[in-house]
Amino acid sequence: MSDVLHLSPETLDRPAASGASALGMERPLSTASKGQAGVITKVSGQTGAHEAVDSAELERRLLEMGFVEGALIEVLHEGLFGRDPIAVRIDDMRVALRRREAAAVTVQFHEA
Amino acid sequence: MPDTLVAPSATPSPPSSAASRPVRLALVGNPNSGKTALFNALTGSRQKVANYAGVTVERKEGVLTLASGRGAHVLHLPGTYSLRARSPDEVVTRDAVLGKLAGETAPDVVICVADATNLRLVLRLVLELKQVGRPFVLALNMYDIAQRQGLRIDLERLSAEIGAPIIPTVATRKRGLQELVAAADALVLSHAGEQDNVWREPDAAEIRAAHREAQRIVKACVRPAERPDTVTGKVDAVLLNPVGGLLILFALLFVMFQAVFTWAQPVMDLIGLGFEQVGVLIGAVLPEGLLRSFLTDGLIAGVGSVLVFLPQILILFLFILILEDSGYMTRAAFLMDKIMGGAGLHGRAFIPLLSSFACAIPGIMATRVIDNKHDRLTTILVAPLMTCSARIPVYTLIIAAFIPHTQVWGVFSLQGLVMFGLYAAGIVSALVVSFVIRKIFWRGTVEPFMMELPTYRWPEPRNVLMNLWTRAQIFLNRAGRIILPLMIVVWVLSTFPYPPAGATGPAIDYSLAGRLGHLIAPVMQPIGFNWQMTVALIPGFAAREVAVAALGTVYAVGGDADSHVALSTLLSHQWSLATALSFLAWYIFAPQCMATLGVVKRETNGWTWPAVMVLYMTTLAYLASFATYHIAVAMGGG
Repeated sequence: MSDVLHLSPETLDRPAASGASALGMERPLSTASKGQAGVITKVSGQTGAHEAVDSAELERRLLEMGFVEGALIEVLHEGLFGRDPIAVRIDDMRVALRRREAAAVTVQFHEA
Repeated sequence: MPDTLVAPSATPSPPSSAASRPVRLALVGNPNSGKTALFNALTGSRQKVANYAGVTVERKEGVLTLASGRGAHVLHLPGTYSLRARSPDEVVTRDAVLGKLAGETAPDVVICVADATNLRLVLRLVLELKQVGRPFVLALNMYDIAQRQGLRIDLERLSAEIGAPIIPTVATRKRGLQELVAAADALVLSHAGEQDNVWREPDAAEIRAAHREAQRIVKACVRPAERPDTVTGKVDAVLLNPVGGLLILFALLFVMFQAVFTWAQPVMDLIGLGFEQVGVLIGAVLPEGLLRSFLTDGLIAGVGSVLVFLPQILILFLFILILEDSGYMTRAAFLMDKIMGGAGLHGRAFIPLLSSFACAIPGIMATRVIDNKHDRLTTILVAPLMTCSARIPVYTLIIAAFIPHTQVWGVFSLQGLVMFGLYAAGIVSALVVSFVIRKIFWRGTVEPFMMELPTYRWPEPRNVLMNLWTRAQIFLNRAGRIILPLMIVVWVLSTFPYPPAGATGPAIDYSLAGRLGHLIAPVMQPIGFNWQMTVALIPGFAAREVAVAALGTVYAVGGDADSHVALSTLLSHQWSLATALSFLAWYIFAPQCMATLGVVKRETNGWTWPAVMVLYMTTLAYLASFATYHIAVAMGGG
């Protein structure tokens, strides 16, 4: 699969993705704050830290929870301590994860 | 294809030889898809809970009768997002579906349960099931919610896409069940969809491909909801508020524990009174002697003192089940993750640890949701420090005897506060111990924390009650099988041999239990325990709550009491406050439950970890009791 970085055709059909005229910066989900939204552009499994599972496994787990290129994402909630973990909406699902793992997901955020 | 959507008319098929073998159905699905509700609706009370051979995953099976009169076994498999199993629970689901599970036959038909409002997620599981090649039917559960939201699903098209019949169901209202069973029955006969198994563990690229395929199917068959659920978002805004959410969680836990003690009281009094009456009745009928002593002091006092705690256990489980079914439990894990993480625990450990408040055994078994071995071991090791319901009898007895029944600030009962303190002591020590384990034994890597936050739902009363009934059965079974024989052993130990003729002391002084108690007593004396307590601890090692019954027996046979109330009055005269507090401290830590150790042995595959557990818990118990006793004596409680 070479199209990891590219948006698949059906995701481009999505109103929010095509309607975002002013595209913001691409950056890791781990840096996002509450209320920010965008489109996932890359899921790598690389967090930059040493993990209990290898990056290929983390990548698969993220994919299985719905973190996939082209999915719409919005940060809904943040925890009390260190604003961690975070709760996000991916398409029509809500998922909680730590910022640590969120570092493996790159998002193109809409202009907020 | 369309005709698979319509329920076949209930024409009984002619009896044949094949009809004699019961059909095997297996329920699979994502977590939170209403799988348990569907299972309960399908099988009603005809369920059996056991373990899978060799592993301690809970095996739930029920039976139902097909329209043709043929019997069917329905296996309830642990929820999963993928057949790519990562935890022991998910391994069971995968192996059962693949027909590789030891001691199990492959299911004839798989029933895949989907949340109709969240189809995208389940479609990837469906695509995997298709590869397995076993006939399956898709139950589109919670269909009423989808309809209310204005979500339109082209069932015919979807059915054609996935190559399996689809039945809309509303498990909580028992809608679509007959059609579902009929569709499964039809598949058993037709073998439609049966193919060679080509499933293998997908890699990242294949998961992405499955996502695209699921996305394509959803686009083709589902028109998005006109009125999507907004309640969950609004509720989360409050419950997941960083500060407010935590305060609500703690308030909830506080109410839960207050409820356990105030709501249960009238029922407990009633049960206690009932057993007392039976004892009196037998006392009136039977002449003074061995049989009467056995029945009233051994059997009735023993069983009664354990059964009396059923109301508290049920109330605790009621809260846990409601929190689980409503979708709040995962929010609690979200709120607690950082706090738990600070102690070296995984956010997911919250649920096993919360279950451990009822009993460490289901708690330890629930650690299977934690994928990482070290995270799981840490959770297992500290789970018994959570105050399980078996400690409640001991705590209530001692608190009733030694803590005055007064109000603090006009609202809280002092007894309730002491109880809350005991629970808090358990929690804090569990956090400290896991922190130490993390720091000393395994430093380093952190397991990923990812969890779906399901849509909030009103818990279905019938469903909650059925699950509660299962819990009650497990407790009664345990009470019957472990505690009853132990009570008889304790009675025998404390009755025989008889005191010699002309003996002056109480009879139990001369019995085996008395001698054993006296033997160990010097070791326990520095922590303020008398020999009666030491005697009660011996059977109490088999199961914590037995200690209360054993104290009752030891003192009753000693000549005074035969009821719970009388026992607490008696203890308040016999023990000093320092001794009572020391006893409470002992019970926070002591590894007094053989069943727990047995489960740890099974879960960790060896005696190393149970041994570690006994060692560290006994040490903590002794140190805590020693400190408590001597501080209390110094403060004038001796």
